Amino acid sequence: MEVTPLHRSPPARLLELLTHPQISEAVCAPPSQCAGEEKRVGTRTVFVGNHSVSGTEAYVAQRFCDNRIVSSKYTLWNFLPKNLFEQFRRIANFYFLIIFLVQVTVDTPTSPVTSGLPLFFVITVTAIKQGYEDWLRHRADNEVNKSTVYIIENAKRVRKESEKIKVGDVVEVQADETFPCDLILLSSCTTDGTCYVTTASLDGESNCKIHYAVRDTIALCTAESIDTLRAAIECEQPQPDLYKKMNQISLVHYQPRINHCGPRFVGRINIYSNSLEAVARSLGPENLLLKGATLKNTEKIYGVAVYTGMETKMALNYQGKSQKRSAVEKSINAFLIVYLFILLTKAAVCTTLKYVWQSTPYNDEPWYNQKTQKERETLKVLKMFTDFLSFMVLFNFIIPVSMYVTVEMQKFLGSFFISWDKDFYDEEINEGALVNTSDLNEELGQVDYVFTDKTGTLTENSMEFIECCIDGHKYKGVTQEVDGLSQTDGPLTYFDKADKNREELFLRALCLCHTVEIKTNDAVDGATESAELTYISSSPDEIALVKGAKKYGFTFLGNRNGHMRVENQRKEIEEYELLHTLNFDAVRRRMSVIVKTQEGDILLFCKGADSAVFPRVQNHEIELTKVHVERNAMDGYRTLCVAFKEIAPDDYERINRQLIEAKMALQDREEKMEKVFDDIETNMNLIGATAVEDKLQDQAAETIEALHAAGLKVWVLTGDKMETAKSTCYACRLFQTNTELLELTTKTIEESERKEDRLHELLIEYRKKLLHEFPKSTRSLKKAWTEHQEYGLIIDGSTLSLILNSSQDSSSNNYKSIFLQICMKCTAVLCCRMAPLQKAQNLCFILPQFLYQFFCGFSQQPLYDAAYLTMYNICFTSLPILAYSLLEQHINIDTLTSDPRLYMKISGNAMLQLGPFLYWTFLAAFEGTVFFFGTYFLFQTASLEENGKVYGNWTFGTIVFTVLVFTVTLKLALDTRFWTWINHFVIWGSLAFYVFFSFFWGGIIWPFLKQQRMYFVFAQMLSSVSTWLAIILLIFISLFPEILLIVLKNVRRRSARRNLSCRRASDSLSARPSVRPLLLRTFSDESNVL
Amino acid sequence: MTWSATARGAHQPDNTAFTQQRLPAWQPLLSASIALPLFFCAGLAFIGLGLGLYYSSNGIKELEYDYTGDSGTGNCSVCAAADQGRAPPPPCSCAWNFSLPELFQGPVYLYYELTNFYQNNRRYGVSRDDEQLSGLPSALRHPVNECAPYQLSAAGLPIAPCGAIANSLFNDSFSLWHQRLPGGLYVEVPLDRSGIAWWTDYHVKFRNPPLVNGSLALAFQGTAPPPNWRRPVYELSPDPNNTGFINQDFVVWMRTAALPTFRKLYARIRQGNYSAGLPRGAYRVNITYNYPVRAFGGHKLLIFSSISWMGGKNPFLGIAYLVVGSLCILTGFVMLIVYIRYQDQDDDDEE
Repeated sequence: MEVTPLHRSPPARLLELLTHPQISEAVCAPPSQCAGEEKRVGTRTVFVGNHSVSGTEAYVAQRFCDNRIVSSKYTLWNFLPKNLFEQFRRIANFYFLIIFLVQVTVDTPTSPVTSGLPLFFVITVTAIKQGYEDWLRHRADNEVNKSTVYIIENAKRVRKESEKIKVGDVVEVQADETFPCDLILLSSCTTDGTCYVTTASLDGESNCKIHYAVRDTIALCTAESIDTLRAAIECEQPQPDLYKKMNQISLVHYQPRINHCGPRFVGRINIYSNSLEAVARSLGPENLLLKGATLKNTEKIYGVAVYTGMETKMALNYQGKSQKRSAVEKSINAFLIVYLFILLTKAAVCTTLKYVWQSTPYNDEPWYNQKTQKERETLKVLKMFTDFLSFMVLFNFIIPVSMYVTVEMQKFLGSFFISWDKDFYDEEINEGALVNTSDLNEELGQVDYVFTDKTGTLTENSMEFIECCIDGHKYKGVTQEVDGLSQTDGPLTYFDKADKNREELFLRALCLCHTVEIKTNDAVDGATESAELTYISSSPDEIALVKGAKKYGFTFLGNRNGHMRVENQRKEIEEYELLHTLNFDAVRRRMSVIVKTQEGDILLFCKGADSAVFPRVQNHEIELTKVHVERNAMDGYRTLCVAFKEIAPDDYERINRQLIEAKMALQDREEKMEKVFDDIETNMNLIGATAVEDKLQDQAAETIEALHAAGLKVWVLTGDKMETAKSTCYACRLFQTNTELLELTTKTIEESERKEDRLHELLIEYRKKLLHEFPKSTRSLKKAWTEHQEYGLIIDGSTLSLILNSSQDSSSNNYKSIFLQICMKCTAVLCCRMAPLQKAQNLCFILPQFLYQFFCGFSQQPLYDAAYLTMYNICFTSLPILAYSLLEQHINIDTLTSDPRLYMKISGNAMLQLGPFLYWTFLAAFEGTVFFFGTYFLFQTASLEENGKVYGNWTFGTIVFTVLVFTVTLKLALDTRFWTWINHFVIWGSLAFYVFFSFFWGGIIWPFLKQQRMYFVFAQMLSSVSTWLAIILLIFISLFPEILLIVLKNVRRRSARRNLSCRRASDSLSARPSVRPLLLRTFSDESNVL
Repeated sequence: MTWSATARGAHQPDNTAFTQQRLPAWQPLLSASIALPLFFCAGLAFIGLGLGLYYSSNGIKELEYDYTGDSGTGNCSVCAAADQGRAPPPPCSCAWNFSLPELFQGPVYLYYELTNFYQNNRRYGVSRDDEQLSGLPSALRHPVNECAPYQLSAAGLPIAPCGAIANSLFNDSFSLWHQRLPGGLYVEVPLDRSGIAWWTDYHVKFRNPPLVNGSLALAFQGTAPPPNWRRPVYELSPDPNNTGFINQDFVVWMRTAALPTFRKLYARIRQGNYSAGLPRGAYRVNITYNYPVRAFGGHKLLIFSSISWMGGKNPFLGIAYLVVGSLCILTGFVMLIVYIRYQDQDDDDEE
């Protein structure tokens, strides 16, 4: 799959690659099939213009869906139930729901409000966020559904909303408009019935593709005439293979794109002339215009809707907002389970101890605290169970209810930073980075493998013809093209001249064997180059070849009435009737044309990859050409071989018949075509080969190097020759001079007779080599990188197919490397440490509560007031952590950009590993213990006030809670290294809010409360000097380990930095060998120019 | 994935400090050069504070007496023997005699202490009706269900004040007698029983129900006293400002303690000759022994304590400050060594 618009800078491209849902799908997993896809078998019949055709009267009209697109998940009516259902599928939410229900039904220490309110808050915030996102989708849907389209009804052009299009409607589409549904092209304003389409918004390919109308309907290019058309189209029921096919292509059947390989589509159109005799024509992907694609360089087209709405290829391939869980969320879930386990243990321990303690009768029921009759009568087992539940409720906050919502908000808001980023903005296409799903942002920090296309991603996909060889003689152009002003009559440069006839034949082949079109001077891009012929093709290679031929004096002048016109070196115009085009496809890896010369000879010209052409030529000069091809490939050029054959008229009759037959087939058309093509393209004569250069993208090498340094493994997938790919890899520094290459190619294997054994041997050998290098890594050879020795792996298609027992060609190589721009931008990387942080916070929140049970007879007495329990997660501690996760920059942007190795530190979810998790957990346990016992010892006195008055249990809890809130917030403050005004605001604001709230909450007798527990507790607490001193002391003790650690780290970092700068200084002296990209060599490098 | 090509056209991002993540920021680095002085300063400050706390805590005098009456521990054992877990036990009196060789520096506060008494038991803690206690007439007649089994009397009358806490009100009483001269008369030391509860509790949170015909007793008509009480709530004290729900003993008791061993303020000694403290001499505390504690394995103690700016005697805070302060300074020294060593190493590296 070609996913690269031409000009995008590579980092931005890679980012898009990762944020593009379809593409990440392609990288990560096989695409899931749409539900119900398999049911839609059979064919559908579409009547053009909805005019029924006699003879099929009896046919029962099929029902098709309308053209409404629904990408939104919810409607106004089902939002509440559906969204709630989805939210409660999340473990944490479900858990809190259960806790809430327990609180409602069982007599528990805290009121249902304490967990109900935070849950309500979390659910509401998430619902608002999802509602907002869905509203955006609704809006986007509406924009599409309500957009204006023109439909031909009763010979008139009628304006309609897009959603009103029915299957069978004839739709008119103007230039630069998007197709509103899947259309079969009937006619365009051009005489040859072609149109140009770009599918940039579907798959990222920005080049123009040519689509054709069926020959019989070409002329119908007015509203009136198109209305007279009586025709029926038979085609398959919709199948969502737009990306399914392409994904396969991208990973296994990857092919160079010489011609467009569109979605799979077969169909047949029956055209009824006045005589009501049907003329059947085949329809293929080249006739199908996909919804979402854009019409280019064509004034207008008429097409008939075949698939509408949710049945369009695009909609069928739309997988909805995927419910993908990121690795971060997965590990959060894992830790959640750990905490759940701790919670259950705590509850079980407390319940057991409670009954042990209560075995003494006066503890169970002292005279001052007698049970009610009902309590006495309750079954003991039931009591134990409710006690267990009560303890669970009491400790339930160990799992932070707001964690998911904080993480989600962080991701949601963090994604804005990506799209806001100026450095991702590309002026040429006026687009910044686009975040398709906020669910996966943090994955950007966790990338292990980067799959990249070669053509168009590493290279610019703008081809230039470099040289050719004819019959083994090398030809190289003298002149460099200057903005298309080529010198047509430039002298030919040849080192050893081939036969003149062969030369001309070769050049004619270049001029004829392609699908290039001439853009008529209709001034779409301004009239500046109207004097010049502009070639348009789906493949830049073809343009380069045609231009190359022009340099040597053969100019392709375009098609006229099915005749290709070529101006030869003598300025004569030669006309060739185009009989058949055997389009390029990924399996054959070649294309052919069959033309008829003015003299009546029928010729077949074929061009394709060497591996696809060499076996099919009878020529003995393969060897000579092969040398050239290989040398060119080594230089990083894309090579193609050209062959021809003459076809006798008798043979042609047969071929013609077979071709038409195959094209008409509805079933297995591809297989049949392939077979016919295979028959035709044999016994050809090799004429020569071409070499085309594809320039490296700007900064591709730097990017790869950075990726590499960051420890990512880069896989390059390409359809080019192995040598071409290899040299490109060297040029973009994917391979470096010290890289040891492990080759798994036909060449290395064919040396031995029994291929499979040899392959096995090699695999074992490489494996040994790598395992030796990494004694611990038992994983395959795909992980190949250490500081000492780097390995690159090259696999070609046939070897891969030997391994996979399936097919095709690809050269892949792997690597570790890094992702600097992205790691720099992605704040989510930093968010990774947020989760343990917050969980640990909740551990030190709940631990004192647990310890308190030992001092209150395991009676589930809450230590903190209900309001504090409720507010802790949602008000007192959530904003600082959110601001921290969004704004923190541990390392400043410039350092990140310059040192990609930093990426390695955070990849693999380093911050969510067991180590940091345990560290945070133990720290939290320490803090919780300090809070509780500090206050406990403080209370070993008659009074804390100078007036001798006594504090109660709520003051005890409030002291612990105050210490807790301050410690947790200040700890975050200690961790914050990047204090923007927002951080100041939320950190100090949270503390201020806590104090303010406590005064407020304790300052009023609340009529809705049953017990006025907190009345003036906070104020009274602050009137004691001892309490102040104790709070300060406890905060300090809790933060002490953290401070110590930070200072130690800073000392170490300082020295490390100093060491680093020393090393840098010495590095810069022995400046790193600058590999001058091979592909940037200019022609002047070679002196032998005539 | 967007549906239309047009929706993709993002425009150039705003070039603001916020969107580009280049907000001006303060980037403090807790480097050793900042942290070391900080450690030393904090250490010194803590040690200073700790010394202050330690000495003021040491200056506080406490005199306590366990009058539970375990056999052979004084004359309260008679009372204790009489109380065999019955609630309410029969009234009994005993005394505690002690002498002070020197002035017990005042102001002196009299506390009672109970051990193994779980005022913080959840079921016990919720067994109260704050609305009733705030004098709401409707709540007076309809105590909340949490008060059960002390919600309604056996006769079906609402209990006021309802609940386990009120029912278990501490009902021992003490009087202090001073014998100035050996063999002399015992003079009663005035105990100030007011001002022992939180101001807000006494003035706001606890209110008597509105008087009926000027009588508090009538206001409580139709209610029953808690089963363990000998007197109804409106007869807790003859002082109209200290009876009913606003009886200070009651208010103090209703503020449930944090831990199973707790002290509650009984009285302040600050009147007449005793405002400066208890002068030397022999003393006797007459104890009305009512409250059964042996039934739940508890003890009762009587404590005379002086109070300083930091409250009662509590060596913990002073010692903790001293320890943390020393730790700070110690760490400071260790860090200094580490710092110097690293610097040396760096210098070596540079050479």
